[in-house]
Amino acid sequence: MRVFNTIKVALRALRRNTMRSILTALGIIIGVAAVIAMVSIGNGAKAQVEAQVASLGENVITVFPGSFNAGGMRSGWGSASTLTVDDADGIKREIPNVVGVTAEMRDRAQVLANGLNWNTQIMGESPDYPSIRSWPIGDGAMFTDQDVRSVAKVAIIGKTVADQLFPDGNVIGQTIRIRNIPFKIVGMLAAKGFNLFGQDQDDTVVIPYTSHMKRVARRPNINSILVQAASAEAIDKVQQDITDLLMQRRKGREQDFTVRNQVELAQAATATSQTMTLLLGAIAGVSLIVGGIGIMNIMLVSVTERTREIGIRLAVGAHGRDVLLQFLIEAVILSSLGGIIGIVLGVGASELVSMKTGWPILVSPASVIVAVVFSAAVGMFFGFYPARKAAQLDPIEALRYE
Amino acid sequence: MAAVVKIEEIHKIYDSGEIPVHAVRGVSIEIHRGEFVALMGASGSGKSTLMNLLGCLDRPTRGRYLLDGIDVSQLDRNELADIRNQKIGFVFQGFNLLARTTALENTELPMMYGQQRHSARDMRQRALHSLEIVGLSDRADHFPNQLSGGQQQRVAIARALANDPEILLADEPTGNLDSKTSVEVMGVFQKLNEQGITIVMVTHELDIARYCKRNLILRDGRLVRDELVPDRLNADVEMKKLKDAEAAAKLTSG
Ligand SMILES: Nc1ncnc2c1ncn2[C@@H]1O[C@H](COP(=O)(O)OP(=O)(O)OP(=O)(O)O)[C@@H](O)[C@H]1O
Ligand SMILES: [Mg+2]
Repeated sequence: MRVFNTIKVALRALRRNTMRSILTALGIIIGVAAVIAMVSIGNGAKAQVEAQVASLGENVITVFPGSFNAGGMRSGWGSASTLTVDDADGIKREIPNVVGVTAEMRDRAQVLANGLNWNTQIMGESPDYPSIRSWPIGDGAMFTDQDVRSVAKVAIIGKTVADQLFPDGNVIGQTIRIRNIPFKIVGMLAAKGFNLFGQDQDDTVVIPYTSHMKRVARRPNINSILVQAASAEAIDKVQQDITDLLMQRRKGREQDFTVRNQVELAQAATATSQTMTLLLGAIAGVSLIVGGIGIMNIMLVSVTERTREIGIRLAVGAHGRDVLLQFLIEAVILSSLGGIIGIVLGVGASELVSMKTGWPILVSPASVIVAVVFSAAVGMFFGFYPARKAAQLDPIEALRYE
Repeated sequence: MAAVVKIEEIHKIYDSGEIPVHAVRGVSIEIHRGEFVALMGASGSGKSTLMNLLGCLDRPTRGRYLLDGIDVSQLDRNELADIRNQKIGFVFQGFNLLARTTALENTELPMMYGQQRHSARDMRQRALHSLEIVGLSDRADHFPNQLSGGQQQRVAIARALANDPEILLADEPTGNLDSKTSVEVMGVFQKLNEQGITIVMVTHELDIARYCKRNLILRDGRLVRDELVPDRLNADVEMKKLKDAEAAAKLTSG
């Protein structure tokens, strides 16, 4: 019942010292703003990488050439490839719970059609590719296993390539020339848009991997293998089976490939950004504690300076508890208000950084709630000692204080 | 009629310093409802110490204190705070108003810590009423630094009245005021006393004591005299005299 009055008293006291209140809260404002901005930017970076990995498709396992072990990276990741089409075929033939496999080839090349030309990414894939990447064919149809076997000169093109080479629409059935070899367009991929790195995913041409190896890149080895497991639960087992199978196929040679599932890829990719987030967050957290100490400092000065006021309150019947509560509430209001202003500034700062640099930001509600609760707790913690000091004053001595 | 204040063989010994100071040495007083008492004595005779005991700001080392029939000598810190809040109005020599706080909010202060809950409107109304009693309702929104010494002391009196106390205690309420303002404040006290409020005040000045009904004199912590005032002064009359004298002075100098 007296709590309500005490809140009123605390608010009046803060209003009487507006300038000082603002300066006191400044420490918290800066601390919270820093935490929010750092965490938002860090989370944005993480989300970006995760989205990137997720856009690979569902339950996808990737096999890379080269091997990681305790000694570090053995051979360059993706360089001098050691993966073969036979590896991909073996996986498809022998491992259960695999719903799709594609041997991947990647190259950039000039593509001509209609007297126009366009430099784009040429992908060599199997017919499973659209389903593995959850990327449907928008128009026409995917090339078939028969096309792969016959090293057919057929192609599926992305929306951007279509727009560049065939401005008047009509795409299916047309011919494009890749490295001067004519390919017939049998389908068009549905538009997927830009990924978070700003890369245009539709700027691509997909052809059978056999055609890519023999006609475009002219390389015997493939860049990677994508495997789609039947379910999320099957991923671990499939991953192990792939490793076992490929090791068996290597007949005692050391491991020259790496098998990673999406989660692992995401973790590897976000590890650095997470460390940075943690580090920046920790630095920001320290500034929050410094802000708390600032509150304690001012509250202590305030208690000394307001000894007479405390004496007056005690003389007219305030209990020690009322005085304690008043100063505690003052501290908590200061720090929470500081927290709220800090959030606004922090979000603003992250938006600004995002606008200037193009980095995505992600203000998580959790970080906002944590910031408010934490700043209130800082006020409570650092306000308690001065408040208790005030509450324990003797009324006569407090009144006599000069 | 039961005594509002009844102290029996009260002692106060300060032993915070190197040698203990025996400030009050066995004082017994009874004060009844409607009395208007002046407590006098030389500096250091123990007046403030005794007032602080009467005001429940401090506890006696020995002796018994019945306030309105309640034995308050054994109460703890919080119980004493409640007694101060409900039964006592204290006026200090130095006013002790909250700075940068309006007269109204200063007057509301005791109600903030009362047992019964008042609505904000109720508090405001009661505070305004108290200010009206001391003749300051038109200054409710003024800050202490916008008020004269006499007006500040009247706000302090209004604050002391806010919770309808049994007794009004004042330690040298006119100590910081010039003689004319002192008469103004004594006028307020006399008016309150006429309305039935019991008042005990400390003063150094004999002429101020003559506005009261009963004078107690302390010497070295003991009560040495207790007498009724034979020729009481009336603040209204004295104020008129002062004003006339002022006018006369102006006439002669002009
Ligand atoms: N807190 C204290 N600690 C120790 N001694 C004290 C304390 N307060 C008062 N005294 C002593 O008790 C004695 C009485 O002091 P008190 O303040 O009651 O005198 P007083 O009559 O009010 O004097 P004055 O007219 O100057 O106000 C003095 O000797 C004083 O030094
Ligand atoms: Mg004194």
